[in-house]
Amino acid sequence: MTSTTAPPSQTTENEEPQAAPPAPRRRRTWFPYLILLPALVLELLIHIVPMVTGFWMSFVELTKFFIRRWTEAPFVGLENYSIAVDINTPVGQGLLNSFLVTLAFTLLVVGISWGLGMAAAVALQRSFRGRAIFRTLFLIPYALPLYAAVITWNFMLQRDTGVVNHVLVDQLHVMDSAPFWLIGGKAFTSVVVVAIWRMWPFAFLMFMAGLQSIPEELYEASALDGASPLRQWRNVTLPMLGAVNRTLLLVMFLWVFNDFNTPYVLFGTAQPAAGDLISFHIYNASFLSWDFGTGSAMSVLLLAFLLIVTLVYLFITQRKEKRNA
Amino acid sequence: MMQRRTLLTAGPVALAATMGLAACGSGASGSNDQPDSLTYWASNQGQSLEDDKKILTPVLEKFTKDTGIKVSLEVIGWNDLQTRIQTAITSGQGPDVVNIGNTWGVSLQATGGLLELGDEEMKALGGKDRYVDAALATGGEAGSNPSSVPLYGLAYGLYYNTKMFEKAGLEPPKTWEDMVAAAKELTDEKKGVWGMSLAAGSYTENNHFAFINAVQNGAALNTKDAKPSFTSDGVVDGVLRYLDLMQTDKVVNPSNAQFDNGTKSVTAFANGKAAMIINQNNANATIEANGMKPEDFAAIPFPAPKDAKSECASHLAGINMAIMDATKNRDGALQFVKYMTSEDAQKELGKPFAALPVLKDGKPTFTDDTEQADMFMEVYSERAEPLPLVPWEDQFETSVGQAMNDMFAKIATGGKISRGDVKKALQTAQDSIRA
Amino acid sequence: MRETNGEKIFRVVVLVVLTVFVVVPLYVMATTSLKPLGDVQSSFSWIPSKLTIQPFIEMWSTVPLARYFMNSLIVTVVATGFSVMVAILAAYAVSRWRFRGRGPFMTTVLSTQMFPGVLFLLPLYIIFVNIDTSFGVPLVGTRLGLIITYLTFSLPFSIWMLAGYFDGIPRELDDAGKVDGASNLGILLRIILPAARPGIVAVAIYAFMTAWGEVLFASVMTTETSRTLAVGLRQYATQTNVYWNQILAASLVVSVPVVVGFLLLQKNFVAGLTAGAVK
Repeated sequence: MTSTTAPPSQTTENEEPQAAPPAPRRRRTWFPYLILLPALVLELLIHIVPMVTGFWMSFVELTKFFIRRWTEAPFVGLENYSIAVDINTPVGQGLLNSFLVTLAFTLLVVGISWGLGMAAAVALQRSFRGRAIFRTLFLIPYALPLYAAVITWNFMLQRDTGVVNHVLVDQLHVMDSAPFWLIGGKAFTSVVVVAIWRMWPFAFLMFMAGLQSIPEELYEASALDGASPLRQWRNVTLPMLGAVNRTLLLVMFLWVFNDFNTPYVLFGTAQPAAGDLISFHIYNASFLSWDFGTGSAMSVLLLAFLLIVTLVYLFITQRKEKRNA
Repeated sequence: MMQRRTLLTAGPVALAATMGLAACGSGASGSNDQPDSLTYWASNQGQSLEDDKKILTPVLEKFTKDTGIKVSLEVIGWNDLQTRIQTAITSGQGPDVVNIGNTWGVSLQATGGLLELGDEEMKALGGKDRYVDAALATGGEAGSNPSSVPLYGLAYGLYYNTKMFEKAGLEPPKTWEDMVAAAKELTDEKKGVWGMSLAAGSYTENNHFAFINAVQNGAALNTKDAKPSFTSDGVVDGVLRYLDLMQTDKVVNPSNAQFDNGTKSVTAFANGKAAMIINQNNANATIEANGMKPEDFAAIPFPAPKDAKSECASHLAGINMAIMDATKNRDGALQFVKYMTSEDAQKELGKPFAALPVLKDGKPTFTDDTEQADMFMEVYSERAEPLPLVPWEDQFETSVGQAMNDMFAKIATGGKISRGDVKKALQTAQDSIRA
Repeated sequence: MRETNGEKIFRVVVLVVLTVFVVVPLYVMATTSLKPLGDVQSSFSWIPSKLTIQPFIEMWSTVPLARYFMNSLIVTVVATGFSVMVAILAAYAVSRWRFRGRGPFMTTVLSTQMFPGVLFLLPLYIIFVNIDTSFGVPLVGTRLGLIITYLTFSLPFSIWMLAGYFDGIPRELDDAGKVDGASNLGILLRIILPAARPGIVAVAIYAFMTAWGEVLFASVMTTETSRTLAVGLRQYATQTNVYWNQILAASLVVSVPVVVGFLLLQKNFVAGLTAGAVK
């Protein structure tokens, strides 16, 4: 190992020139590796090695006949993948349905959470009496442990004893007979609403953090130009939140697409097709059907999809950034 | 670009580590390395996990006193049991002795994770002949050594509210048609009282009724060469008959489509919201815990249609006990299984867990009502058939059970399920089985 | 600047709508936990006809809630503590040295964020078993196993956020410290950490919430003795009766410590995000 401990202070690693770089630290080049070691070991143990094992599992027949001696499970090449993507079989159809449901779910949850978070952050941008109360209140859904929140929603969505039907049927008379929210087609609406309830405060939090760093003068200047509040939002707020947006959209997309806990706690074992989110689907395909090979193949496909989306997203946003620069 | 570099750096290390770990796979069946202790995973049989623990603890303490072997007990809920057994089998680490639903007997035998009970082991358990033959048959595929033995026997019955029946001047039904007629008579939607309550959102309950109704129609779920066969007329009509209780007969509250475990329909029955339920014989305790007096309900065999080809009234339900192949206390585990299936322990546990005896000369102790006890014993020994004794049985439970969940959900939300829909759903379920 | 009428209307509408959306579930949770079981089982009513604290008493005996609570507390606190320490060290390395493999390290760590949990659940379990049997480290079904798992779950985001935060601390401070003869570790402890307090608090909150709310791994990797709240709460539903009032009372009780903690520290969280993730 050569001693190349130049002093960086930028997050991105590919630019060198710095005004008057301080003298590079030459002694003890092993030091960064040493303090990195705990993180490295843990990442290897908990994330990387299991991941590689999971990848390997997707190429073997890991049904109940083999899990006992899983190291000797027969190699089947791409068979698990062809089962997973063959939409002429129930397995492939189920996966496709689940993928489409998840896609719609993700777009709605991310989109609406973004909108609500932005609206709340802008509404609370000016200081007024009681602002702190709203700020605190809006963060509660995010701070609540997930299962506590989802269990509460499960109770609210009960057909005969829930508050949702009480309001819709008994109080507002919007509907004649009490609908089901946890089975059948409406299960999709339910899982979307519950996920939004949990997710939008995070968008709000991030926007709030971002808004604090926008200098007041920018608004003053644009107000002098006679810009309406909407125009100000478009010309000042939105561009200044660019960096926040880039991170936020990606992070929310990955979280929401991979969401397992919400459908798991909300629906239990009685999973409705309309709320069959992909992580939940793969869990059932693996553990209920004892087919970990196919389950792993599905997970790898999911990972590949997320990877491609992420890379394309980063590519586009970075190019845009360069163009703007 | 960055991704490739990532894989290049992380890949070899990870692979090496995996290989290293892979080398430590598990070895031969059972040893006696730890003769002084046992770990026992019990299934949830009583009112709650805590209750079960209280009931089992003195029984286990007696075993410890007799043999000096310490038993550490964990009671596991049904939601978690299958996953826990899977991880235990895969990893070779887990309990020494485990309870399983007897319908999983052959599926779990196929994993090789359970200790095969050959002649020698059977002798240690006191001989094959102790157990009721049909119950023991659930422990393994025909012609093979079993890998589990029966522990508690269970059977379905039709529970009905005697007061409601008396008031309406109704006789307990002897046929399916009578049952539906009585249910219609007793349904009063305005009062929120329904003729029947079903756990229509529970795939574990639903698949049993697909089977029982199919058998009543003279149909089987497997072909002679043990392949799945879910789409014969008998199966389709049987499933439709059961769905129609909600769909055309309208004697079941559509809300039942959300009942994801049997307890919910029992509670509805005990609270007077339903006149009848079809439940296994362990409902008594729950019914009484919800405030219903023993004289206010009775149980009769689940009736078949008038022209039924078989009088089947239940699948052969129950709990089996198995020893894990990776046990480090093989002899102790055998002793323990022998003890738990001994006359004394059976008598002791039969009452709190409402279990039917699995020993040939066993007497039911679960209720003081001898009429009810005799009825369930008769169903269990003469009118119960085992679910298919094939390795894909567990997949039948999930695929057909889930299909029925979905169909009930569709009915409840105002949809219509035709005979063709049932057939299509069952075809999909059949195709999804990777036998 | 003056606020236009349009802005005012927008503000009122947004705040009213969101307040209702946020408050209704909280209100339902709180009131239901105070209702007798009979009321909960019949049609919903906004105003409880009768208040009782019985659910808050009974919930402790229906399931061993106290034990689950302790397990959650131990697992979460220890995992958070170690996660923060490990993240600080890694972030210090990433922020202050350009060592070989720095880029790949960060990319790998960040890409683990998109790993679907279902894919590595079973492999992780098998690996724990092998470590357990080969080295005698009890990772299977123990709190230790969960601690190690959870502390790693929050690492990627924490390292990334802290590295960003550390980058914002001027290097001149480091150099001043070095002139005074401080070691690398000394610089971290005496200069960087005090300056990075909000970032560290933010990371700790994130780690705490991740561990406190995790469901999937807890459901497979815990046994009766190590079970956490995330799994334990489900047991109220398997009883002879669905004790909704007790379930929601328990949900309320397990939420309070996290919510209060989060709200007390949320200023730090926002500040940490601003300096770290958001830049």
